Amino acid sequence: MKAFADLYTALDETTKTNAKVEALANYFRAVPPEDAVWAIHFLIGRRIKRLIETRKLVAWAIEEAGIPEWIFGECYSAVGDLAEAIALLLPAPIATTDKSLRYWVEERLLPLRQWSDEQQRESIGFAWLEMDERQRFVWNKLITGEFRVGVSQSLVVRALAEVSGLSTEVISHRMMGDWIPAPTFYNQLIAKDTEDTDVSRPYPFFLAYPLEGDPAGLGDPSEWIAEWKWDGIRSQVIRRKWETFVWSRGEDLVTERFPELEALGALLPEGTAIDGEIMPWQGGGPLPFAQMQRRIGRKVLGPKILAEVPVVLLAYDLLEWQGEDVREWPLERRRAQLDALVTSLASTGRMVLSASVPFGSWEDLAELRHQSRERRVEGFMLKRVGSPYRVGRKRGDWWKWKIQPYSVDCVLIYAQPGHGRRASLMTDYTFAVWDDGELVPFAKAYSGLTNEEIAKVDAWVRRNTVEKFGPVRRVKPELVFELAFEGIQNSPRHRSGIAVRFPRIARWREDKKPEDADTIGTIRNLLTI
Amino acid sequence: MPLLRVDQNGLWCEAGGFHIDPWGSVPKALITHGHSDHARIGSSSYLCAAPSERILRLRLGSEFQLQTITYGDRLTVGDVIVSFHPAGHVLGSAQIRVEHRGEVWVVSGDYKLAADPTCAPFEPVRCNTFVTESTFGLPIYRWHAPETVFTSINDWWRANRDHGRCSMIFGYPLGKSQRALTGLDPEIGPIYCHGAIERMNQVYRESGVSLPATTATGEPKRGQNWAGAMVVAPPSAQGSTWMRRFGEVSTGMLSGWMRIRGTRRRQSMDRGFVLSDHADWPGLLQAIGATGADCVLVTHGYRAPLVRWLSEQGKDARALETRFEGEALENEAEAAE
Ligand SMILES: [Zn+2]
Ligand SMILES: [Zn+2]
Repeated sequence: MKAFADLYTALDETTKTNAKVEALANYFRAVPPEDAVWAIHFLIGRRIKRLIETRKLVAWAIEEAGIPEWIFGECYSAVGDLAEAIALLLPAPIATTDKSLRYWVEERLLPLRQWSDEQQRESIGFAWLEMDERQRFVWNKLITGEFRVGVSQSLVVRALAEVSGLSTEVISHRMMGDWIPAPTFYNQLIAKDTEDTDVSRPYPFFLAYPLEGDPAGLGDPSEWIAEWKWDGIRSQVIRRKWETFVWSRGEDLVTERFPELEALGALLPEGTAIDGEIMPWQGGGPLPFAQMQRRIGRKVLGPKILAEVPVVLLAYDLLEWQGEDVREWPLERRRAQLDALVTSLASTGRMVLSASVPFGSWEDLAELRHQSRERRVEGFMLKRVGSPYRVGRKRGDWWKWKIQPYSVDCVLIYAQPGHGRRASLMTDYTFAVWDDGELVPFAKAYSGLTNEEIAKVDAWVRRNTVEKFGPVRRVKPELVFELAFEGIQNSPRHRSGIAVRFPRIARWREDKKPEDADTIGTIRNLLTI
Repeated sequence: MPLLRVDQNGLWCEAGGFHIDPWGSVPKALITHGHSDHARIGSSSYLCAAPSERILRLRLGSEFQLQTITYGDRLTVGDVIVSFHPAGHVLGSAQIRVEHRGEVWVVSGDYKLAADPTCAPFEPVRCNTFVTESTFGLPIYRWHAPETVFTSINDWWRANRDHGRCSMIFGYPLGKSQRALTGLDPEIGPIYCHGAIERMNQVYRESGVSLPATTATGEPKRGQNWAGAMVVAPPSAQGSTWMRRFGEVSTGMLSGWMRIRGTRRRQSMDRGFVLSDHADWPGLLQAIGATGADCVLVTHGYRAPLVRWLSEQGKDARALETRFEGEALENEAEAAE
């Protein structure tokens, strides 16, 4: 646990990528596989569900610390993080622990679920007494299922590649799919050669880089293929050993959520993996994504919803063919094979090729891009002819050329503290637009301001609070912000009658007055674009 | 009528005809210590503890009347007897005891209980009313032993040196920096100080405090190799062009606020070291208890929680509105000039 807490601290203290990779690699070299594998599990964001209700944990911490409840509340709001507040409040440890991460997770954390309140209380109380503040912090995060650390999976992969001497491609492939945090998995992960036995294992997705500015910089248009950029659920459909697996990009196995694709899989030849987008689709075209959200929200998929919101796999690429990894084939060869496959299964209506859009010049393509909203796509994907299917987000071969997001000027009306490192700053904002002379809440947004702007807004909010309810402050309607968002749709559940997707702050319009903000009418007009 | 109360200029003692740490211009000012929120320019005459004299001269200039008093000596001012007692905060810092017809008040100024070789240790003084600071008045604020903190600073410095980096720590020019200097291990490498700090080091050395050898950075020259060096700088130097002259630098902040992860991260420093010249929560409670005071007036910091806590312990505790500031992370701009 100490080594893991040290690793956490080292990762937390630096923003430099190389330093993070170095800390990770040092950790992996120093600990046994049984610890390393749990560390990977937590570092890449796999969670253990919350094992103890926060309420109980707080009550126990208060008892241990011997303080009244009200002062715990004061401390929590000063710290902004429950696990940390508890770690800082508990009395100094009376012992130290040299037990491994595996011990703490497998013998003290996971069994909590089966234990009675008294057993839990006792075990956690003893754990706290053996840990210093940093270890307690990590431990509390694990107990509450909120462990997060500022490393991406790709940094963990880089560190493991460094430790094992293997390429990052091999490591990331091995890390995909279902695995349990056991030492054997770790050993396979870094072994010089292993039979990759997991039949369900998907390939790492190749992700496009956003293209800023003009595509003319990409050179000769004849070296590029353009496809519409669809907005669904990025997925892989895999057929191996007479089984079908559907993976979403979040690396969840979602096969059961899409019976249509499971049926499609049964028709695929053995040893096939297709990269595509799961799209709600009817009458030869996409349905609004909101329809998909209706479907995703259901626990049980009845015949009604399946009929109302059918899905197809919009096929982008072919990754495995006849049991062979074909990611190194040139793009056009993969597409030709994919095209043939899609054509042979056309009658099922469950798979559609993401067609390439012919264009002669970049100007032509820019012209075509104007059709994006009408087609319910987000712009174009540009893929270089001859390119392989790479791993992760890499510059150069795939670009997404998105249409400008919608934007609206709105007025800040509520603010509340953020989470984590922004817990003591007002960073969560609610914005309103005008409706018949009244400001109606329209969207919430968290991100988009610079640190200096956040500090300025924070100070302004504190001086201009009109009313407080809990952590939420109503402020004078004075500041105007330009909000950008990706999609817009009718929503009877919202007071404004409208819901937007991915709202974020584009900029602070210090040049504008609240009366210059947009009206709900102008926003409704966007619905029809 | 209470012996001391807050008027528009500061903490006013009518019976003695003086103010303690006034923020306005007054005829007679008694100064607890040299930090800028306590020692301000503009009053006609000043009284401070003897070891504070050089500090006040450096900070406030010499164009004013300054009288000093030895710790523990009693002096009659108006109708009251005053004496100054070590507060353990910075060199020359004092708690001011005021006695009037058998009633005793003590004004703590800023104080800490933790060991600090650069100043006289905090001395508990019995009183009826104790005016205490509360900068870190929440139980999450508990300091580790200074040796532990210095060990981690030195470890970090050594690691930076081994990677060919310069280390830079940020702390108050008065007090924090000198305390930090006494904890640095000069075996690791050369120690440099920003001008504002080096001037204060001079005062400390003249007052008989022993500090490791330091060199003023001056205007750092281009091409000078700073790898392995330790540079002590005021918080206001963060992000300055001065700071960018040192090549690859790893930065560390020294402050009690560094105990909180969110604050640590917002500083955008590589490291935060929890080192404060104020009392932590157990320190506040211990100091307050040792005075035996029934009445506690709480100034700058987390006043409300400390007042409530003390009230629940049966004390007559109240908040006192002052303009003292506690430990700031980015103030003291004047020190950077
Ligand atoms: Zn002070
Ligand atoms: Zn102060």
